Amino acid sequence: MSVISQTLGSVPKVAQDSKVSAQDVNVYYSEKHSLKAVNLEIRSNEVTALIGPSGCGKSTFLRCLNRMNDLIDGARVEGTILLDGEDIYDRIIDVVQLRARIGMVFQKPNPFPKSIFDNVAYGPRIHGLARSAADLEEIVIKSLERAGLFEEVKDRMEEPGTGLSGGQQQRLCIARAIAVSPEVILMDEPCSALDPIATAKVEELIDELRQNFTIVIVTHSMQQAARVSQRTAFFHLGELVEVGDTEQIFTNPQHKLTQGYITGRFG
Amino acid sequence: MSEHTVRSYDEELAHLNNLIARMGGLAEAQLDGALQALVRRDSALAGKVIACDIKVDELEQEVHAFTVRMLALRQPVAQDLRAIVGAIKVSGDLERIADYAANAAKRALVLNQLRPVRPIAGVPRLGHLVQELIKGVLDAYMELDVEKAVKIWRQDEEVDEMYTGLFRELITYMMEDPRNITACIHLMFIAKNIERIGDHATNIAENIHYLVTGAPIRDARPKGDTMVPDAFGRDS
Repeated sequence: MSVISQTLGSVPKVAQDSKVSAQDVNVYYSEKHSLKAVNLEIRSNEVTALIGPSGCGKSTFLRCLNRMNDLIDGARVEGTILLDGEDIYDRIIDVVQLRARIGMVFQKPNPFPKSIFDNVAYGPRIHGLARSAADLEEIVIKSLERAGLFEEVKDRMEEPGTGLSGGQQQRLCIARAIAVSPEVILMDEPCSALDPIATAKVEELIDELRQNFTIVIVTHSMQQAARVSQRTAFFHLGELVEVGDTEQIFTNPQHKLTQGYITGRFG
Repeated sequence: MSEHTVRSYDEELAHLNNLIARMGGLAEAQLDGALQALVRRDSALAGKVIACDIKVDELEQEVHAFTVRMLALRQPVAQDLRAIVGAIKVSGDLERIADYAANAAKRALVLNQLRPVRPIAGVPRLGHLVQELIKGVLDAYMELDVEKAVKIWRQDEEVDEMYTGLFRELITYMMEDPRNITACIHLMFIAKNIERIGDHATNIAENIHYLVTGAPIRDARPKGDTMVPDAFGRDS
C-alpha cells in the first residue's frame, strides 16, 4: 500500500456538513440482530426524522448515538459512529461527557422530583458549567426561555416540575437537555403523550432549536416527521431502507417499502 | 401497488377515478357531438352539446369538492398525493376540453345558417385525430400507462401540423372569394378550439407521467405549429 493511500485510509470518511456519521452500524440484543449495517449521515443544524413501524430499529439506532445501549444487558454495538469525526465508542470517550454533548428527550416527560429551577440547574451543576449562583440562574432562565417555557413558569420556579402540565413538563425536559449546551439533541417520540396544542408548541420549539443544535427525532407520526424535519430516514426490520430530503420522501419516495409505509399500505 | 390498510381510503380513490372516467367520457361525447353537428349541419345536436356543457362543469365541481375533502381528511402523501392532485388538474383539463367543444358547437349553429364552404372536411379530420388523442390519454390515465401517455404527448405535434395546414387552406379560400370569409373565420376558430383540445390532452399526458413517476417529462414539448413566430421574430 502506498503512503498516500495509507494516509487517506486513516482519515475518517465524513461528509462535509455531517455532524454524526454512522458507518456500518450493527446492533445485537443477545442473539437478536436488531440493526443491520446502517449507514447514515446526520447533518448539522438539521432535524433528521427516523420513521418506521414498531420494532424496525429506529429507537435502537437513536440510542446508539449517545450510547444508551451500553445500559442494556446483552446489547452489542458494532460499526463506527463518529461525532465531528471522533469515534464515540472509543475507549477514551467519557460517556457522561458524551451525553452532555448528545442530549436526549424521552417519550414520556420525566422531570426530576425537584423544583422547576433545580430540574434545569441539575446538568450545569454536575458538569460544573456555572461559576456562581448568578451564573447558574442565568443558564436556567436562558434555557427555559429557549424552551419557550419561561413566561409560563417564571413566578413559580421553586414549585415541583412534576406539577406542570404534560406539555410543559416536556418543554421542561427540553430545557433541562439544552441547559448543558449539547451539540446534538435526540428525541424519542417527544410528543406521543401530548395533546395537539402542546405538540404544536414542541414542534415550533424543535424548529427554533435547529438554529443552534442538530436534532434527531424518532416519531410514529408521519405528519410530524413531514412537519418538523428536513431529512427523513425510513427503517424496516432493522435496515435503513431509504433516507432523503423530507420533501422527496413524502412526495416521491424511491423505495416500494417506504411508499407502502407512508401511504398506509403496509403489512 | 397493494391496498391501503384502511379500506375506505381505496374506495375513495376508486370513486375519484370513477368521477374522472365519467368526466372524460362526457368530454369525449361533447367533442364528438360538436363534430357531428358541424359535418351533418345538425343544429339540434349542436344545441344539445351546448346544453350539456353544464354537466361537465358540475362533475368538475364534484371532483374539486371530493379532492378537497380527501386532502383534509386523509392527508395523503407520495403516490396517493400525486393521484389526488393529478385528478384535480385532469378535471380542469377535461372541463376546458368540454368548453372548447361547446364553443365549436355554437359556431356550428352559425355555420348552419351560411352556405357550405369546401374546406369543411379538413376540420373533422383534425377533430378525429384529436378524438384519438383524448381516448388514448384517458385510457393511459386509467391504466397508469406512462409509455402510452408519452406516445400521445408526442402525437400532439401531428395535430399542430394539421392545424397549420388547415390555417393556410382557409386563408386561401378567403382570398379566393371574400363571401367565404365569415364561414371560414368560424371554421378557423373551430379548428383552433380543436387544436387547443389537443394541448389539453398533452397536459393530461404530462400529468400521468408525473403521477406515476413523480417527475415531469423532461424533453422539450414537441411543437408542430409554425404559425406563431418566436420571440425573436423568426418562424420557429
